[in-house]
Amino acid sequence: MSRGSLSADLNELMQEVNRLNPGSSLKLNDSIVCTIYSRAEEITGGIVLRRGKPKFDWDKKLDDVITSRVFGFPSMLLLLAVIFWITVAGANIPSEMMATAFFWGQERLTALLHWLHAPAWVNGFFVEGIYRCLAWVVSVMLPPMAIFFPCFTLLEDMGYLPRIAFNLDNLFKKAGTHGKQSLTMSMGFGCNAAGVIACRIIESPRERLIAMLTNNFVPCNGRFPTLIALAGLLVMGMATSLSASFIVVGVVLTGIMTTLVVSWLLSKTLLKGVPSSFTLELPPYRKPQLGRIITRSIFDRTLFVLRRAVLVAAPAGAVIWLLANVHIGGVSILAHGANWLHPFGQLLGMDGYILMAFLLGLPANEIVIPILLMSYMATGTMIELDSLEALRQLFVAEHGWTWLTAVCMMLFSLLHYPCGTTLWTIFKESGSLKWTALAALIPLGIAVIVCFVLAQSARLLGWV
Amino acid sequence: MGNRQLDNQADKIISLYDLPVGRSATVSSIQAEGIIRRRMLDLGLVPGTRVEALRISPAGDPKAYRIRGAVIAFRKEEAYQILINL
Repeated sequence: MSRGSLSADLNELMQEVNRLNPGSSLKLNDSIVCTIYSRAEEITGGIVLRRGKPKFDWDKKLDDVITSRVFGFPSMLLLLAVIFWITVAGANIPSEMMATAFFWGQERLTALLHWLHAPAWVNGFFVEGIYRCLAWVVSVMLPPMAIFFPCFTLLEDMGYLPRIAFNLDNLFKKAGTHGKQSLTMSMGFGCNAAGVIACRIIESPRERLIAMLTNNFVPCNGRFPTLIALAGLLVMGMATSLSASFIVVGVVLTGIMTTLVVSWLLSKTLLKGVPSSFTLELPPYRKPQLGRIITRSIFDRTLFVLRRAVLVAAPAGAVIWLLANVHIGGVSILAHGANWLHPFGQLLGMDGYILMAFLLGLPANEIVIPILLMSYMATGTMIELDSLEALRQLFVAEHGWTWLTAVCMMLFSLLHYPCGTTLWTIFKESGSLKWTALAALIPLGIAVIVCFVLAQSARLLGWV
Repeated sequence: MGNRQLDNQADKIISLYDLPVGRSATVSSIQAEGIIRRRMLDLGLVPGTRVEALRISPAGDPKAYRIRGAVIAFRKEEAYQILINL
C-alpha cells in the first residue's frame, strides 16, 4: 500500500469519526452507555426479584464504626498493632525450631566435609558462609511472613482493605498521590518487596512510582526484630515490654509521616502532577474463604518473596564470609571497612561497624544485627546472642553505645535504602535503572541527613 | 427509572458533593471529560440514575455513595463534576 492511499484512508476515517462524534464531544459514547444501561434495567426489572432489606444491616453498622470520625483511625491502629503482635508472638517458636533444625543440618554438613577431608575454606565458604546465611534468612523470614500475609489476606478477603483506603485517602490526596497507596504501604509492613508488587493496583504511572519509591519507609518484618531489640535496649531497666512497644509504634508512625512527606515532595518535584481521580468501590463484607486465603497468601506472596530472598541471600552469605575471613595485615577486610567508615559513622551518631553491617545487610535486613554481632566479636561467622542483657553488655560496656547510638541506628534502619530483594523487585516492576537507583538514594539521603542532624544537635546540646 | 428525571426537572440542580448524607437524588448530567467521564458512565452514572449519599471519610473526604446497589467513593473533585436533581 502506498503512503498516499494510506493517508487518504486515514482522512476518510477521521471524517467518519467527526460525523459520528462531532467535536470529540463523546456524545456517541454517552448514548451507547445510556442505551446499554436502560436495556439492562428493562431486562433485570422483568426477571430479577429483589429481597426486602434485612432487619439488621451488618454492613452499615460495621462501616459506621470503621469509618467513623471517632473510631475510624484508632480502630485501624489497633488492628495493625494486633496483627504485629500475632506475627511477632506467633513467629518466635517456629523461627527458633527452624533455626535449631538448620544448625543441626550445618553440623552434619561440617561433619560430612570433615569426613571427606575437604579443606577448611570449603567448609567456611559453603557451610559457614552460604548455608548459614540462607538458613538465617529463611528461619527469620519465613514464619513471620507465613503469619502476617494470611492475616493481611484475611482482611483483604473480608473486604476491609478498601475501608482503609477510604479513611486515609485525604492524607494521600494532600500528598499528591492515590488513596490506594495506603494499602501498598500496609502491605509493606509485611515485606517491602510484596508492597512494591502490590503497587500494581495503582493505575496512574506517576502515583504508582511514588508508592514504589516510598514503600521502604514503613518497617518490614525483616526490620522489626532489629527495632524491637534496640527499643528493648533503650528501655532496659524500666523493665516493661509495654514501653518498648510504644517506642516501636512511635517508629512506625514516624515511618508513615515520612511516607506522606516524601510522597508530597516527589509530587512537587521529580514526579510532578495532580492526583488522579479516585473511584473506589466499598464492596459488601463477606465471609472469608479460608482455602483461597491460604493459597493466595502462601503461594502468591510468602513463597514468591522467599524465593527472591533466597536468590539474594546465597551470594551475600559467600561475600560476607569472605570479607570476615580474608585478612590483610592481620585484620579482616570487614574490620578494615569498619575502620574506614568509622569517622562517617561517628558523624551520624553510630560507628563504622554499624554502617558496615547496614552495607552488608543490603541483601536482607534481618542479617544486620547478626553481622554487627559477628564483627564486634570478630568471630568470622554470623552469630546470635540469646539475651538482651548479653547484648547490652556487648554494645554499651564494650563498644561505648549511648542512647543516641540506639536511636540513630533505629532511625537509620527505618529510613535507609530498601533491601536487595525490594530493589530487584522495583527494577522488575518499573523496568528502569534510574528509578531503582533513586529508590535507594532518596531514602539513603534522608537517613543520613536525619541521623546527622539528630546526632550533631544532641551533642551540641550536651544530651550525651 | 428513566422517567423520573422528567418529573424532577423543575427542581434545583446541585453537585453530588453537596448532597447531604442520607439523602438521595437522580443524576442530571456528568461534567467530567475523558477517562474520568468514561469511568463514571461505566459505573452506571447515566442521567436518571438514583444515587444516595452514604457516608464521609473520617478525614473529611472522600464521600461514599450508593449507585445501582454498589457503594462507590468519590473524591470532592469528582463529586463536583456530577450534577444531580435534588
